[in-house]
Amino acid sequence: MTEVIVAAEIADGRVAKPTLELLTLARRVGKPVAVVFADAAGVADTLGEYGATAVLSVLDPAIEEFLVAPKAEALAQIVAERQPAAVLITSSAEGKEIGGRLAVKLGSGIITDATDLAADSATTQSVFAGNWTVRASVTHGVPVVTVKPNAIAPEPAPTQAPVSEVSVTISEAAKGARIVKSEPKAASGRPELTEAGVVISGGRGTGGDFGAVEALADALGGAVGASRAAVDSGWYPHAYQVGQTGKTVSPQLYLAAGISGAIQHRAGMQTSKAIVAVNKDPEAPIFALADLGVVGDLQQVLPAVTEEVKRRKG
Amino acid sequence: MKILVLVKYVPDATGERGFAADHTVDREASDGLLSELDEYAVEQALRVAEEGDAVEVVVLTLGPDDAATAIKRALQMGASAGIHVLDDAVAGSDALSTSAILAAAVRKAEPDLVLCGMASTDGAMGVVPVMVAEHLGWPAATLGASLEVADGAVTVRRDTDTASLTVTATMPAVVSVTDQSGEARYPSMKGILAAKKKPVQTWGMSDLGIDPGSVGLDAAWSKVDQTTPRPPKEAGQIVPDDDGAGSAALVEFLATGKFI
Ligand SMILES: Cc1cc2nc3c(=O)[nH]c(=O)nc-3n(C[C@H](O)[C@H](O)[C@H](O)COP(=O)(O)OP(=O)(O)OC[C@H]3O[C@@H](n4cnc5c(N)ncnc54)[C@H](O)[C@@H]3O)c2cc1C
Ligand SMILES: Nc1ncnc2c1ncn2[C@@H]1O[C@H](COP(=O)(O)O)[C@@H](O)[C@H]1O
Repeated sequence: MTEVIVAAEIADGRVAKPTLELLTLARRVGKPVAVVFADAAGVADTLGEYGATAVLSVLDPAIEEFLVAPKAEALAQIVAERQPAAVLITSSAEGKEIGGRLAVKLGSGIITDATDLAADSATTQSVFAGNWTVRASVTHGVPVVTVKPNAIAPEPAPTQAPVSEVSVTISEAAKGARIVKSEPKAASGRPELTEAGVVISGGRGTGGDFGAVEALADALGGAVGASRAAVDSGWYPHAYQVGQTGKTVSPQLYLAAGISGAIQHRAGMQTSKAIVAVNKDPEAPIFALADLGVVGDLQQVLPAVTEEVKRRKG
Repeated sequence: MKILVLVKYVPDATGERGFAADHTVDREASDGLLSELDEYAVEQALRVAEEGDAVEVVVLTLGPDDAATAIKRALQMGASAGIHVLDDAVAGSDALSTSAILAAAVRKAEPDLVLCGMASTDGAMGVVPVMVAEHLGWPAATLGASLEVADGAVTVRRDTDTASLTVTATMPAVVSVTDQSGEARYPSMKGILAAKKKPVQTWGMSDLGIDPGSVGLDAAWSKVDQTTPRPPKEAGQIVPDDDGAGSAALVEFLATGKFI
């Protein structure tokens, strides 16, 4: 059976959830082989639990010092060596850039933002703010596919995943964009926005007070999101923006509070499984998407709900 | 110094967008315009030009006849010249062909810096800038929330989920900027009049030394075989929050969905 290369993402020493989703999808196409751009000793067990049949660890210092290009070069060398049936990468900003460079190097077609993958590597994508579904396949070369987080539920399939270190040659050309400074951001302590099962987002209608939004998110164990209007007003950091130029989320529950539902916002949340809107204006376009719409003041509705949720949870 | 801004002509996102029978984007269905996200790239180029000496800003688009609209808008904003890569053979090109053609055009235009938007508002792949860089063998400092050009190098701030990175590349380089980089200007009346006299060249595949058979829909490296409009969403339940009825309904919704 042929192999499928999965570019694994490690965050805080743990395998990121989207990587487990990639492994689950990869098994439909072939034997998953995980590539880790770090020391893999601490993560091999988890990767194996989700079906990785081998773990390749790439430890070149250029990976940390330069943007994107060294990772793409390393993957290209691994693909040339192992001739996999496909390469799967998480559809993050960096993941897509790795995929783009890899596709050029391999002379392969690339599909980004897939939400599903068939055994023959045919993909499903959701485009135009979620209004269209597209099925596409790569017709040349080794398919390079980036997959949206939360598209499917990860399923374990325990195997043994032996770890081996692979040495790669990073060219001078790949060392062009140097990371001269990296300032870590403070962690919110909440689940990662793109991975969270529940996302509570606030918009201009919060008037700048995200307290009620955060409190409900915490009561439900969810992440906090924001509209661009809220971000542009300086009320919430850009890293939490949902939409076309922010994050795409696909949680089990998306609650939009004080958000009108502009097309650019919908582009980032329309594929959520259940959508709830809380808005004062009964004409707000967000209500057209909502499974449940509450016409009211979010500063009253959200705290009331939070209190009841806490009471029921005990 | 010469800055080449790559801009895309896209269907208006606020209009009806859909697919034609051959599964390519239906360009008839709605009006097109300069991608709003590429306006940020034009803006950054103009700011570099305003701060530096002898900086020339040229805009380039690859697209159908109507894509001239995108060039015109950028010229009105203040770019000094335009290049329209126009060839019937290009229709239906995917990211691989598009980036190969753009890279060939960059080689011919010989800029010091290529500026792109973070993603096109239609395809939204966000891959073309790095792919162009990969074809050229140039460094790419992408997704800049700010941009600075000094001493033959370009520096951007790139925000990731966990860190704020400062990335520096020696020119020639490819850079893309996000919508965090600074509001794009509206064309002034003076700019609109001046744009009429600015030169726009048209290049075809033969000008770029590209075999027309190697680009376009039939030569694409990926193929769309099905496009389906999403069925209209069933109307949900709308509850006014009179006397707490809305919050009660929301709590019930959460309980039914096992979120509590
Ligand atoms: C190229 C481009 C990219 C963009 N990318 C994004 C993106 O990634 N993400 C994004 O979100 N936007 C994006 N936008 C902006 C988008 O078009 C909208 O401007 C934005 O989403 C509006 O945010 P909002 O809904 O919070 O604000 P508004 O549209 O002002 O809506 C505020 C809503 O709050 C309601 N409200 C007010 N007070 C209360 C209250 N007390 N209780 C309940 N409801 C209340 C109002 O009725 C209103 O419906 C983009 C735009 C462009 C041009
Ligand atoms: N046809 C095109 N003509 C000119 N520039 C383009 C074209 N397609 C993409 N670009 C550039 O590449 C960026 C990212 O595009 P994409 O990868 O399609 O999301 C855009 O913001 C443009 O700067």
